Amino acid sequence: MTKETITLNLGPQHPSTHGVLRVLLELDGEIIVDAKPDIGFLHRGLEKLAEYRTYQQILVLTDRLDYLAAMSNNFAYVLAVEKLLEIEVPKRAQYIRVALVELQRIASHLFWLGTHAHDLGAMTPLFYALCEREDIMDIFEAISGGRLTPSFMRFGGLAADADSTFVKNTKKFTDTFSSKVDVYENLLTENPMWLSRTRNVGMMSKEFCINTGISGPMARAAGIEWDLRKSNPYSSYEDFDFAIPTGLQGDVFDCYMMRIREMRESAKIVRQAVDGLPESDGSPIKAKVNKFPAGEIYHSIESPRGELGFYIVSDGGKSPARFRVRPPSFVNLQGVGELMKGRLLSDAVAIIGMIDIVLAEVDR
Amino acid sequence: MTIDTLTEKIGEYIKESDSFRDEVTVTIDRDAIIPVCCILKEDEDCSFDFLSDCCGLDRLPETPRFMVVYNLYSLKYKHRVRIKVPLEESDAEIESLTPLWNAANWLERECFDMFGIRFTGHPDLRRIITPPNMEGHPLKKDFPLEGSDTK
Repeated sequence: MTKETITLNLGPQHPSTHGVLRVLLELDGEIIVDAKPDIGFLHRGLEKLAEYRTYQQILVLTDRLDYLAAMSNNFAYVLAVEKLLEIEVPKRAQYIRVALVELQRIASHLFWLGTHAHDLGAMTPLFYALCEREDIMDIFEAISGGRLTPSFMRFGGLAADADSTFVKNTKKFTDTFSSKVDVYENLLTENPMWLSRTRNVGMMSKEFCINTGISGPMARAAGIEWDLRKSNPYSSYEDFDFAIPTGLQGDVFDCYMMRIREMRESAKIVRQAVDGLPESDGSPIKAKVNKFPAGEIYHSIESPRGELGFYIVSDGGKSPARFRVRPPSFVNLQGVGELMKGRLLSDAVAIIGMIDIVLAEVDR
Repeated sequence: MTIDTLTEKIGEYIKESDSFRDEVTVTIDRDAIIPVCCILKEDEDCSFDFLSDCCGLDRLPETPRFMVVYNLYSLKYKHRVRIKVPLEESDAEIESLTPLWNAANWLERECFDMFGIRFTGHPDLRRIITPPNMEGHPLKKDFPLEGSDTK
């Protein structure tokens, strides 16, 4: 027996890394001694590019940040600019936005659920989860014309008003969605193999999460009761009745449970939003904007991955002087090395999965 | 968080303060960054325990050219504050916040990568997003949007 360790590259081309993440693992046999994530393979200079584009054009760039939750990115960006402009958004538009963003949260969590389970060797959940995600994509396509990158939000509202088809389709979706989540849970929640791969793996304490800046479902899995939709409500979230699920020990299983429970809560919000959708008062659903005042603002929302913030510095011109994205995946990812230390190599895949990273957002 | 409360707590360090769209920004000297953040983090009434964001800002042609911008959040009171530290181009160096928050680690590395601002006391100040052999810092205003070697 020697004390020699070997270095192993996990990624950048490895299916479990969900894009192009490279993790440099130092292994002692099967045990991870050290793990160093290496990012930047998908860097497109998005923040730089935004300085050369008008505010209206930037909306399209935000879609490409976190492509699994494009609506959420649109939403966070328009909210930030609306804060700069001091625009009041019609109640009807606010409700439609909430419905769309919560549908997006479900779609994002479904994709995560399918791929995460697939990473850990369970093939079936992917096929089930993508069925319902497809329904959401169809709803998006019907209302916006786009599926993955809809670019549907506008300053002061939306590109178009929702019609009765949207309401009908959304109601149809929420009617059955809860029973679909039961099916996913049947496949995984009490499955002994799932439990052995996820229970007590990658445990996070509250202090670790706060210190590392971890937000979103991961932080809630560790027991931090913090959700920006509740703590700093925006876009009428205070009108809706929903719970903030929290976990106990912040392991991979808790992260899984958080997202499962969040999907159920999101479906409730969507239902409330379409049921209580205020009638249109005839006023336009978007605002005409030409002048952007000088100033700086930071606005963040609860995206499916955590605190997604936009910090915009305006000098009064057509383009921002500085466009900064506070990407939840980027900050959440930096704790990964710490969580992997001392674990088995197979746990590395589970730990990467629990973060729910989108590398396009990490690298920008 | 109001400017009055902040003045009471860290008034001696504040060079400038501003409230825009209900967001409070304070500008401080770079030597004050550690003491100010310690007070804001530990003080009962402030309790800014969460470092939301840290990023750079290039104000060319204004001087001092650079700014480091910190966005702090309090999980207890749900309020925010923004701290700005101006830095001269010739001496773009500031103390790292990694002893206070691990979250600063990658955020400061990104800031270094994009603007060339150095963080003293940072445990691992390397480029994070661009390749190690990259020349220049992409988010500087004088860095071209398109590459010069493209024909």
